[in-house]
Amino acid sequence: MQFFGGSEISPSPPAPTASGNNGHMLYVFNRNGICLLYREWNRPLHTLNAQQDHKLMFGLLFSLKSLTAKMDPTSAEKGNLGVPQLPGQGCSFHSFRTNTYKLSFMESPSGIKIILVTHPRTGDLRDSLKYIYNLYVEYVVKNPLYTPGSPIRSELFNTTLDQYVRGIA
Amino acid sequence: MAPVAPRSGDAIFANIEHVNCSWTVQNAELFTLTYGAIVRQLLTDLEEVDEVNKQLDQMGYNIGIRLIDEFLAKSNVSSCVDFRETAEVIAKVGLKMFIGVTASVTNWNAEGTCCSIVLEDNPLVDFVELPDTYQGLHYCNILSGVIRGALDMVSMKAEVTWLRDALRGDDVFELQVKLLKQVPEEYPYKDDE
Repeated sequence: MQFFGGSEISPSPPAPTASGNNGHMLYVFNRNGICLLYREWNRPLHTLNAQQDHKLMFGLLFSLKSLTAKMDPTSAEKGNLGVPQLPGQGCSFHSFRTNTYKLSFMESPSGIKIILVTHPRTGDLRDSLKYIYNLYVEYVVKNPLYTPGSPIRSELFNTTLDQYVRGIA
Repeated sequence: MAPVAPRSGDAIFANIEHVNCSWTVQNAELFTLTYGAIVRQLLTDLEEVDEVNKQLDQMGYNIGIRLIDEFLAKSNVSSCVDFRETAEVIAKVGLKMFIGVTASVTNWNAEGTCCSIVLEDNPLVDFVELPDTYQGLHYCNILSGVIRGALDMVSMKAEVTWLRDALRGDDVFELQVKLLKQVPEEYPYKDDE
């Protein structure tokens, strides 16, 4: 990817392996709760319609963020649960794992949330999520035809993303 | 045609910004000349200096709301704890990354909500002279818009104004950044939906 070559501060992606389809779903939300992108590679069970599914996912993460920050044993300030958080305060959670899947989460200070659901034995995906954020910047933000806050409709972005997720161990 | 011009200006500018942060010196001149052409065109289209200032600020805002993601992705800074850190990051990392200037932060007020960012040099104004008829023009107003837009996307409402402008006879460029308020993240959906 030559556009990353000039800057030494962008993360280098983990080397892709040939292990195939480990990613189940990917969501990208912005700070207003709008689902900018939903990609699905391997999801046998659908329980809700798309709208409800997105709202549920966003609500879940919003609450989890709030909860984890309030329960932080190392932080001095104890606000009430449910008080909106200023960005930068509190700790941030990055993943949770169940017996059937692992959900990895990354939020940028500008409110872009990237959620990747994979199989439970996946390792720490924080670098991968950062790389996906870089892809978002290169293919979506820098696209002059894209309006921020609207769903992403970019074939190139989708293809590159699919390729990258397929390569995550 | 005035509404159309800023949109394509944004598009060009976004591309130039990208070019400028990857390859430094040779394309700085292209950047400067393109910006000068945009300002010249705005002056011809809008004629009123105040209108041009407003339009430049709006263009800068549109750039800033997109630029923030690129900045966060490339620079890998974590969330700033307070406004002091934010101002330092803008001056030392942000401005350096996008226009290649290292600015300094001075003049903090007592509460820590207002500061000045001083730019010693400014690639936007290379080769530029401001004629007497346009003395009210803030030539670099796009920068104030960019900072305002970027801060808006990280939940900080700010007001950015020019205190000193080298094109008007001062020795440096000085921007005043005033934090109006921090907007905490609200749950966007109504409960009954």
